[in-house]
Amino acid sequence: MLIKVVGVLKILQKLGMNINWEMIKLTQGLWPRRRGIEPIRRLCIQLKSISERYLYLCMVMVLVIPVGMTGCQSSEGTAKIPDKVDFNFHIRPILSDRCFTCHGPDASQRKEDLRLDTREGALAALKDYEDRYAIVPHNPEASEVFLRVTSEDTSLVMPPVSSNMKLSEYEIKLIKKWIEQGAEFKPHWSLVPPQMPTIPTVDEASWITNEIDYFTLKKMEEVGLSPNPKADKVHLLKRVSFDLLGLPPTLEIQQKFLSDDSPEAYEKLIDELLTSQHYGEKMAIHWLDVARYADSHGYQDDGLRTMWPWRDWVIHAFNQNYPYDQFLTWQLAGDLIPDKTRETILATGFNRNHKITQEGGVIDEEYRIEYVTDRTNTFGKAFLGLTFECAKCHDHKYDPISQRDYYSTFAFFNHVPEKGIVGTIDASFADPPNMEITDEDLEKVLSFVNKKDTATLEVMVMKDSMGLRDTHILTRGNYDAKGEKVAFATPEAILEYDTTRFEKNRLGLAKWLISRDNPLTSRVLVNRIWQEIFGRGIVKTSGDFGMQGELPTHPELLDWLALDFMNNGWDMKRLVKLIVMSSTYTQSSKLDKKAIEKDPENLYLARSNRIRLGAEMVRDHVLASSGLLNPEIGGPSVKPYQPEGVWESSTSGRGLLQTYIQDHGGDLYRRGMYTFIKRTVPPPVMLMYDASNRDQCEVRRLNTNTPLQALVMLNDPTVLEASRVLSEKLITEHIPIEEKIEKAFQLILCRASVEEEKTLLINYYNEELQRFSQHPQEANKFITIGEFPAKETEDKIQVAALMQVIHTVYNMEEAITKS
Amino acid sequence: MEKPFLEHHLNINRRHFLGKLGLGVGGVALGSMLAPGIFKGTTDEAESVPLGFKHFASKAKRIIYLFQNGAPSQLESFDYKPTLNKMFGEDLPASVRGEQRLTGMTANQSKFPLVGSKFAFSQYGQSGTWVSELFPNIAKITDDICVIKTMHTEAINHDPALTFMQTGAQVGNRPSMGAWLSYGLGSENKNLPAFCVLLSRGRGNGQGVYSKLWTNGFLDSIHQGVQFSSGEDPILYLNNPEGMDMGSRKKMLDQLEALNEMGYQEFGDPEIHAKIQQYEMAYRMQTAVPEITDISKEPDHIIKMYGPDCLVPGTYAANCLLARKLSESGVRFIQLYHQGWDQHGNLVGEMPLQAQDVDRASAALVTDLKQRGLLDETLVIWGGEFGRTNYCQGKLSDGNYGRDHHPRCYSLWMAGGGVKAGISYGETDEFGYNIIKDPVHVHDLHATILHLMGLNHEQLTFKHLGRRFRLTDVHGKLVNGILA
Repeated sequence: MLIKVVGVLKILQKLGMNINWEMIKLTQGLWPRRRGIEPIRRLCIQLKSISERYLYLCMVMVLVIPVGMTGCQSSEGTAKIPDKVDFNFHIRPILSDRCFTCHGPDASQRKEDLRLDTREGALAALKDYEDRYAIVPHNPEASEVFLRVTSEDTSLVMPPVSSNMKLSEYEIKLIKKWIEQGAEFKPHWSLVPPQMPTIPTVDEASWITNEIDYFTLKKMEEVGLSPNPKADKVHLLKRVSFDLLGLPPTLEIQQKFLSDDSPEAYEKLIDELLTSQHYGEKMAIHWLDVARYADSHGYQDDGLRTMWPWRDWVIHAFNQNYPYDQFLTWQLAGDLIPDKTRETILATGFNRNHKITQEGGVIDEEYRIEYVTDRTNTFGKAFLGLTFECAKCHDHKYDPISQRDYYSTFAFFNHVPEKGIVGTIDASFADPPNMEITDEDLEKVLSFVNKKDTATLEVMVMKDSMGLRDTHILTRGNYDAKGEKVAFATPEAILEYDTTRFEKNRLGLAKWLISRDNPLTSRVLVNRIWQEIFGRGIVKTSGDFGMQGELPTHPELLDWLALDFMNNGWDMKRLVKLIVMSSTYTQSSKLDKKAIEKDPENLYLARSNRIRLGAEMVRDHVLASSGLLNPEIGGPSVKPYQPEGVWESSTSGRGLLQTYIQDHGGDLYRRGMYTFIKRTVPPPVMLMYDASNRDQCEVRRLNTNTPLQALVMLNDPTVLEASRVLSEKLITEHIPIEEKIEKAFQLILCRASVEEEKTLLINYYNEELQRFSQHPQEANKFITIGEFPAKETEDKIQVAALMQVIHTVYNMEEAITKS
Repeated sequence: MEKPFLEHHLNINRRHFLGKLGLGVGGVALGSMLAPGIFKGTTDEAESVPLGFKHFASKAKRIIYLFQNGAPSQLESFDYKPTLNKMFGEDLPASVRGEQRLTGMTANQSKFPLVGSKFAFSQYGQSGTWVSELFPNIAKITDDICVIKTMHTEAINHDPALTFMQTGAQVGNRPSMGAWLSYGLGSENKNLPAFCVLLSRGRGNGQGVYSKLWTNGFLDSIHQGVQFSSGEDPILYLNNPEGMDMGSRKKMLDQLEALNEMGYQEFGDPEIHAKIQQYEMAYRMQTAVPEITDISKEPDHIIKMYGPDCLVPGTYAANCLLARKLSESGVRFIQLYHQGWDQHGNLVGEMPLQAQDVDRASAALVTDLKQRGLLDETLVIWGGEFGRTNYCQGKLSDGNYGRDHHPRCYSLWMAGGGVKAGISYGETDEFGYNIIKDPVHVHDLHATILHLMGLNHEQLTFKHLGRRFRLTDVHGKLVNGILA
């Protein structure tokens, strides 16, 4: 139906009828039904000729209305106006999105001197009409805001027609009721420190494993959902193994866990996984995105840098389970703490991971400012979940971060004795300030740094100059347009920067961040850990806890987790364990039609999400399950197989990184996180699987499904080689072919195959065996893929046929999915 | 990251549909609903669903952007300034230079000696467009093109300037123009990506390119530019491994589909069907792409037109010919980069070589599209990231000179796609340093390009981290003077 409608519209558009975007949306059933007939009327009058209007109306009658009935089920469309309208949950999102651009925090853009982001502003008399008010509590009809959003007059209606924005009937009703109820303003939810919520009471208490479940189950019960049954042990094992280690469970672990029927089996498994050194690697992958870690400088010629010892520290820190407050303090201010060590200084490399130019002819100060800017923006996004960068050129349009606040925060990062450009390509792998990692370090405090040769190794770190630079507001963000001088401070709306409590340097800033009354730090972190496990944060916009961000689906749970995390010493392993032990986590991911219909995005967590593995883990899974994985931890990044010409076709022809010199031997089989990241040309497979290009701080990856990903799984030599090596290994085992296939299946899907799958695969094996017997030269070619030495075997035909079957199993949707 | 309004609702809609339809629809039809906007077909009208809609009717459907990477000098190509020849060696008057900031390469020069083009200019065509002798073939198509002499930008270094031209911002991980168009209009061909990237390198001083220039930024990665290469695999991982022909591949995919279908029975996850669909598309690409990239079947007169280089994969000429073929097949945005235009010194030696590499094929592309009746619906753009100074960088000698980066004015030409043909737009002063009439900022160019494609630059938005982003940020004015 939908397809036909669009087809008809396209034809009409071709015939010259002025069909526009809105009409198409409407006709596709994308128009929220709550808008009723009004949009149709409004669109209709846009058509000039009567016959066009007639035609359009006919179409709407015939096509849209039936589609609309089966179509979009907007939650708003059917939602009732709540009894008590809440400013944070109902009103601010509307005001912020539709009004704040001109009537919000940004003083320079404010129209008519009216601001609606504070109660004071909204209740004050209008600039030109002393007896009129934007909002008159309890009286919508006297409130200019209500009159304007409902106005029929296009010159008066708000938001203005030119903004392409408008309010829905539902939103208008909300505003009306909110004014009727007294127009109460509240501070933005995320800026109010979390309050310990009472644990809700639920009907199905037997389902509960820990506190998390009370909150999720309560929500499910409210919306009429009930939790999925518990996941099978096999699926659960694969899921939790990837979530904690980023690797599939070995056959031994599969065996051990599946045969352990004791009630503690799952908890024992979790405890075992949490002590694995691979846990640190898994946790580090996300942190490397946050920290925009890479192996090259990033601009233009894009030369080599050696920040990998800092990366090794991150893995070490997670494995040692450093409390988050310490983890964060060391990275922000490890050079300033009283008991600093070589290790705490190395940790400050976090703030030197930004890109650095090597383009001859740049203006030094312009780029130095750029680096400080990057640190400031990263600070905002990584630790506070706020879009600080919006306040670089002007006051933030939505959030209470003024341009002054921005540069006051900027001041903390502005004292590094650094240059915008140290030199052109290959002038330096670690621009000053830096630290040399000595042999003594490696033996003692930095023993986790996996240095493999005797060459000098330097890493960029933070340092503050003796004489401090003045920091100024930069007008419109221009490096040379110095405005007023500013002191060290942070946005007051988050938490006042009280200099009697906090030093005027990065150490003070770290203390401010981890102070109990900072409303954001803990919430932002627990939300991201949740996101990395469930695929979606309690606040979906994990990088934006501001007014334009999404509201938490489970606000009380978020607060509970945030406080519990702080109350228990910012213990990350404990938090991870708490989450994966919950009944919420251990549900099955099976979907039924009703569940999709009721909660398509799984906001209420009445099932587990099926999620495609992240870029690094796709690779790790292939290598680990085939037995190829080199489990070495840390060290310089490596260069595995990469198609020819990827670096060469885009290089400027200068520097050490103009050609890709592939590694050999064990370095070909390292985990994905160790693949060398040249920022201007990141590893293509990683990008195809939505990895960050490490250009700037990223806190959330997309998860897409494209034909290019299919091509990688089908033709990447890594996957083919893994299939070959596993095939060779199995062929030499003295077990029947059915068992060989089953073993491969178990390694890759981490479960036993079902009868139907078994039959299909064995039949396919026999067909391939026949094909390769008829074309032995094809078999010979097929089994030469990859550099891993081939096993001496008599029967190449069998190896090829089994390799083909294994490769097919690798390509199954379930192979690279947590389910 | 936010799913945009439309995709979000589409998603709900899609899933809702699945619920209503009882999931009984066959794999193919289902797949197209699950993944609309990806690789949509030209043949089946009905398949090009949601994203492929314009805001208003327009002529242009596709873009071929011939990016001259490194910044070719406007003063030796399209902006004729005889005054500079007359004032050879004289210092650039301070009043003309004004407050312009300089790059570190010439900021410390005590003198800024003016230098005119070593290469002669003439007027061509009915339009009387000025073109230098370095571009004899482009000179022949002046009546088909519109030369903008008054482009200007904010950046003075390659990386930020190039990033600005391609993404609308000097820094930050914004989607590039091709990704925006893929997002806004989808693809016309279900077997090819909507946004393709072709690279070549000239003989002049080069500056690198980087994949950020064709990034999807915060948009879905289906909008990422797909780089074509001249190597064995025209697209990464396109070719089957040795020992596996298309027949065996098909067979494998059949097994795979059956296995995945079993998975669907188990989990009921619509994503599994989407996956099946992506594998089918991958398979179709395996056939379609080699056909497209095979230029051996092009007739002689075409080869002649683009020049013999077009038979050498990876050259600019070969990429121009390939661009035509891709465009003809419905690829929405084809981005070429030709490196080597950074003539800080030895301009007299290098620029003719660069021009020789691109002149013939650029003109051939326009002519070829025209003779196929495709020029009206294809927008061709030719130009670099900024201009070059009217004074010499380094020591000025009689025979040779170099030019530093200049952001205040540079030339760019466009052809087809609803652009006025046979005009020169805008004027610079007699020094070729400042704009005196009709400036076109990079944001204005972007607004105009989107307009030519039927998109309103203020309405093509994507909400990400609380803000509705646009290619034109909060700027951009339509350049009405160049619209046909």
